[in-house]
Amino acid sequence: MLSVSHLTCQRGERVLFRDLSFALPASQWLQVAGSNGAGKTSLLRILAGLSEPAEGQVTWKGRRLREDRAAFHADLLYLGHQGALKEELTPLENLTLGLGMEGFSPGEEAAAEALGRFGLQGREQLPTRYLSAGQRRRVLLCRLMLRPAPLWILDEPFTALDVHAVGVLSRLIERHLASGGSAVLTSHQAMPLPPGLSVTL
Amino acid sequence: MNGAFAPFRQAVRRDLLLAARHKTEVITALFFFVIVVNLLPLGIGPDQDLLRKIAPGALWIGALLATLLGLQRLFAPDHQDGTLEQMALSPQPFTLLIAGKIMAHWLVSGLPVVMVAPLLGVQFDLPGRSLAILTLSLLLGTPILSLIGAVGAALTLGVRGSGVLLSLLILPLYIPALIFGAGAVEADLAGLGIEGHFSLLGALLLACIVFAPWVTTVALRVALE
Amino acid sequence: MSTSLINWFKFASPASFYPMAGRLVPWFSAAALLLAAAGLWVGLAIAPTDAQQGEGYRIIFVHVPASWMSMFIYCVMAFWSALGLSFNTRLSGMMTSALAPTGALFAFLSLWTGSLWGKPMWGAWWVWDARLTSQLILFFLYLGFIALQAAIDDPRRADKAGAILALVGVVNVPIIYFSVQWWNTLHQGASVSMTKAPSMAHTMLAGMLLMALAFWAYTIAMALIRVRCIILERELTSEWVKKNAME
Repeated sequence: MLSVSHLTCQRGERVLFRDLSFALPASQWLQVAGSNGAGKTSLLRILAGLSEPAEGQVTWKGRRLREDRAAFHADLLYLGHQGALKEELTPLENLTLGLGMEGFSPGEEAAAEALGRFGLQGREQLPTRYLSAGQRRRVLLCRLMLRPAPLWILDEPFTALDVHAVGVLSRLIERHLASGGSAVLTSHQAMPLPPGLSVTL
Repeated sequence: MNGAFAPFRQAVRRDLLLAARHKTEVITALFFFVIVVNLLPLGIGPDQDLLRKIAPGALWIGALLATLLGLQRLFAPDHQDGTLEQMALSPQPFTLLIAGKIMAHWLVSGLPVVMVAPLLGVQFDLPGRSLAILTLSLLLGTPILSLIGAVGAALTLGVRGSGVLLSLLILPLYIPALIFGAGAVEADLAGLGIEGHFSLLGALLLACIVFAPWVTTVALRVALE
Repeated sequence: MSTSLINWFKFASPASFYPMAGRLVPWFSAAALLLAAAGLWVGLAIAPTDAQQGEGYRIIFVHVPASWMSMFIYCVMAFWSALGLSFNTRLSGMMTSALAPTGALFAFLSLWTGSLWGKPMWGAWWVWDARLTSQLILFFLYLGFIALQAAIDDPRRADKAGAILALVGVVNVPIIYFSVQWWNTLHQGASVSMTKAPSMAHTMLAGMLLMALAFWAYTIAMALIRVRCIILERELTSEWVKKNAME
């Protein structure tokens, strides 16, 4: 379980949010809402342990994130704003090498199958530079199928996706929740998901 | 071996593959080294005795500058596209992944310099024995340049005018490596023996291998915050 | 036992350090002026003329204390940096950046006076002496530190990056000094060693110590003034600044 208590985030001289507390139990998802610049991405980065809050603390399974970084990161799958994709590598290489650095080796076949489910068959060997924004996003989302993790933190997962991909992604998230996982998402639109918790910044 | 160093090898493999897709960058750094070293005689004059004397220093300075050239791109592209974030969030030790990147940087920018060094030494009319000592000193010394340079690259990551700043921060720290590396040849010519220079260079390399990746990681976490 | 702890943390917060620093500045400034006057009087008027170097040697009353201070300030910066990185205190980063310009100033002063002294002694403005060369590198390290902090917009990141650089630098300074000395002995004859100082008269030592104390007081006064500016700059929006400091 992810729990957050009395979190304050400060960027430069501006306080983005103050005294934020919530808990996210298993099989639940949390929508982080708020206008542009309200601090949604900053919150996600704090939850992922990338940046330190000005005050307050985040715990995962009752332990503070800093206490055991490796154990927390083994349980965490984080997809940020940026793609973490290399333009000069193919989608297949991007997936296998990226996961390889996290200690997973899903194998080329599993990776190709995941790409196929997001409608990218035939493009596995094309340099990523030739893919559209939506296609790149889908390559990233394949990580959700290839790397098991009980906690997902996804920044704007539904942007730039077409109807088919939105369907695949929401089924993935539903299955993740059904199997006891939890997820934190930011989004501007209403999400095609069963009702969950929400926090507005 | 397989278990603990797997992330290190993964990072090396990935960066080498990326370098293979960017061959021009690799060749540019090497060509830069060759041309800088070749410009020196043109600026100083063709006096063989003088050139033989300055050859070790000239090659070492060329190697310093060529290393600096590649350092600016050591972390910047990965920072821009979010890969560095993913590495920081990896359950694998971040330090090992970073050590892998530094190793790849040396393989791509340091090792080629070491390999063409004898050829350039011949241009300066260095005798065979000096040539061997110079190449060996570069082989031990260029990894030091990559390791110390990585700390500077991490500190200046995403900062305004990071290229110039990187040189200002890093070049003073390169002085010991330069002194022991280039000095080895002169010490040999003066009949002083080279053991002292090489053992100090080796000690420096060991200290850098132990501390530099760790300090780089700390600096990268600060930059990612 | 707990009271001493509380006092410590009280002064580690910028809000309570600001007024305290303000009260201390005049005292240290006055001490710097008095000590410098006394030191210069001893150095220029009382100390005997050197048998070999004549009157020119008197520049050491500035040169030697400036060199001491430039090295000492770098160590103090490293100390604050270590403190800042391990306890995450805001004030230590501010202290480090407040000290850097003064340290750079002393390093430059030491180089300048060294060069002035070198001209009559060695017949050249610059000699590749081990100490002079190391001092030059120390000056570069100061410049690098200042440039790095100036280039980073986010003060928290600037503090941490500067702290890492200062610590890397302080580890490297002895290595650099040793390597430069090694290099120097290999090229014997190219330079004159400064290490063999003539045995010092008591008055000379007294003059130098007075000047060192004067520089010390000056450094503290300047660092406090600068830290006050930095605190104001960074905490401009906080309540206590609006209430007290803006009067």
